[in-house]
Amino acid sequence: MQFSFGWKTLNQERIVLAIAIGLFVVASVALPGFLTAGNLVAILRSVSVLGILSLGMAVVIIGRGIDLSIVAVMAMSVAWYLQMLGNGVADLTAFALALSGVLAIGLVNGFLVAYAEVPAIFVTLASGSFVFGYVRSQLIAQDAVPVPHGHWVEALGQMRLASVPPEVFLFAGLAFAAFLFLRFTRWGRFVYYAGDNPVAARNIGIPVRPMLMLRYMISALAAFVSGLLTAASLQSINSRVVNSTLLYDIVLVAVIGGIGLSGGKGGVRNVLYGAALIGILLNTMTIIDIPLLYQNLIKSTILLAAIIFDGVINPRDEQTAQQGDI
Amino acid sequence: MKFAKLILEAAAIAASLLTAPAAMADDPGPAAYSAALSGKRVLLVPLAMGFDLAQGWSAILKREVEAFGGTFETRDPNWSTEAGAQALTEAISSDPHPDVLVVMSPDLNSYSKILKKAQEAGIYVILIDNPANFPADAYVGSDWNKLGQLEAEAVIKGCGEGSSKKIALIQGDEVNATSLYQYAGIAKVLESHPDFTVVAKPDSNWDATNARNAATTVLQQNADICGIIDFWDGDATGTSAAIRDAGLAGKVFLVTTGGGEKTADCATLEDGTYGAVVMTDLARESGDMVAMIKYLLQSGQKPGTASPYIYTLLKATTKADLKPDTCWDLKALQAAAGN
Repeated sequence: MQFSFGWKTLNQERIVLAIAIGLFVVASVALPGFLTAGNLVAILRSVSVLGILSLGMAVVIIGRGIDLSIVAVMAMSVAWYLQMLGNGVADLTAFALALSGVLAIGLVNGFLVAYAEVPAIFVTLASGSFVFGYVRSQLIAQDAVPVPHGHWVEALGQMRLASVPPEVFLFAGLAFAAFLFLRFTRWGRFVYYAGDNPVAARNIGIPVRPMLMLRYMISALAAFVSGLLTAASLQSINSRVVNSTLLYDIVLVAVIGGIGLSGGKGGVRNVLYGAALIGILLNTMTIIDIPLLYQNLIKSTILLAAIIFDGVINPRDEQTAQQGDI
Repeated sequence: MKFAKLILEAAAIAASLLTAPAAMADDPGPAAYSAALSGKRVLLVPLAMGFDLAQGWSAILKREVEAFGGTFETRDPNWSTEAGAQALTEAISSDPHPDVLVVMSPDLNSYSKILKKAQEAGIYVILIDNPANFPADAYVGSDWNKLGQLEAEAVIKGCGEGSSKKIALIQGDEVNATSLYQYAGIAKVLESHPDFTVVAKPDSNWDATNARNAATTVLQQNADICGIIDFWDGDATGTSAAIRDAGLAGKVFLVTTGGGEKTADCATLEDGTYGAVVMTDLARESGDMVAMIKYLLQSGQKPGTASPYIYTLLKATTKADLKPDTCWDLKALQAAAGN
């Protein structure tokens, strides 16, 4: 091996980026109509909401946690908000109530993980089910709740800036904000320390527990924003999405981009790579008209291949292995 | 004497007048009806309780079953096949078990064994809306092949002669009978219209966001599409959003199928979101279910004796066909049923 380019520099993140770029080039050449402004906007748009959710998830995963309640919070908070509007509650009151509900769920998730020391996977699995069950049975009348005519959420869905829908800008803006937070703020750096080694982080005086609660509130807020954007684009929100594969797609985007589930690793860049791969992949598969079953097969095969390849060229050893892997 | 006879005769006539109506009212029907039906338990297990058709069926069945003195219950599997299977299994083993199960099957095969057990336990099984590979005591719902044919005919008419004759299908999934049979029906009609081409047929997995993304890509690739058939109005909101976003509203004729609820189907036909909707006649369909329940409970036949198909009359409705009573109003129906 006399290449200066060593195989070892190829980690999962770069593999995924390489696959995404390769796919993009092949699709641009082979598929007429792929490399058009309209289609590129469509790709960006199709992963924007997924991307925002993945950003929230990434912040939690880097801090060595996971938020399985994110899809339930996304759908049910907005469904409740729209239902209140439909019932004639004043917009400001309804919004304030929904927002406080969202923050409360994040706070409770964080509290149970940080202070009651229940594993995040169980806390958020349970809180997600609770949010879905409570809102669905007590607060809303039907799976699908429409956006009232003339409401700002409807206007948001029809807004275009240079024919680009608002969720693309919001995804870009939130990605940049998350990047600044994780890279340049003290609390952002602490997320990595806490994720890499929570005990050591606590010993050197980092407020590990309050920060943990903050992270779950951030992911709940990301969920609320995503829900509003979904409702804006479809003019309604459907609680059925809680039963869909969206939650796995969110984890997939974060993990396929190279954010380790063991915490302390990765950043916004990884989310962007993961989202790019998924977006390009789904778009090309739709253009080629591949049936859904095969789409799922191809998606999972690529994820598996990336993980196996990473495992082969970057084998785990005593030094890189960590306790608390999910 | 004559007077006394007159009085006697009058008394006799009066007596016969008084007793005659009693003899005429001796109809064996009500007693037999009541003996067979009162106290009977009917359980509705749809895919979920949270969508318009299920709430419509439930409201009408509840009113009817309670009127004949039975008890009516529902279970909400909330789109989960496992939860539905569990609800059915529990119902069969409960004591007393329901006398009639009204079941909407998630796919062709999942519930077959459980429903067979139900019949063996003496429970009549009525399949509704979604067909399955199982000889139920009745199937009440749409002929999905016919439904697909009507959709294809509607989109061919909506596109018209001078159009590009390119259409796209937004399918549901690859296991549900409604999706498979609907596709077969569409394909059958398109065979006799070889000038029409299907440029894409992605699946939405019944999800509006998926439908929107798929339709956006399809419209990007084929901006001259003249019509789209979406396999359910529950996700056609996503397809219509894609058409609107592409600036093609009014240019792409969107056909879908749904329960005929006012806000879901008629309002959207009215404002031009949908070009045509093949609707289920909810009152008729629910009425057929009620008739089958009443028939089976009085028939004395063993569950599984016969498996008739009671297809609901289907019609592709366009804006021009809309009448005030074309759709049904979920809120009004629920209010009338007192739930």
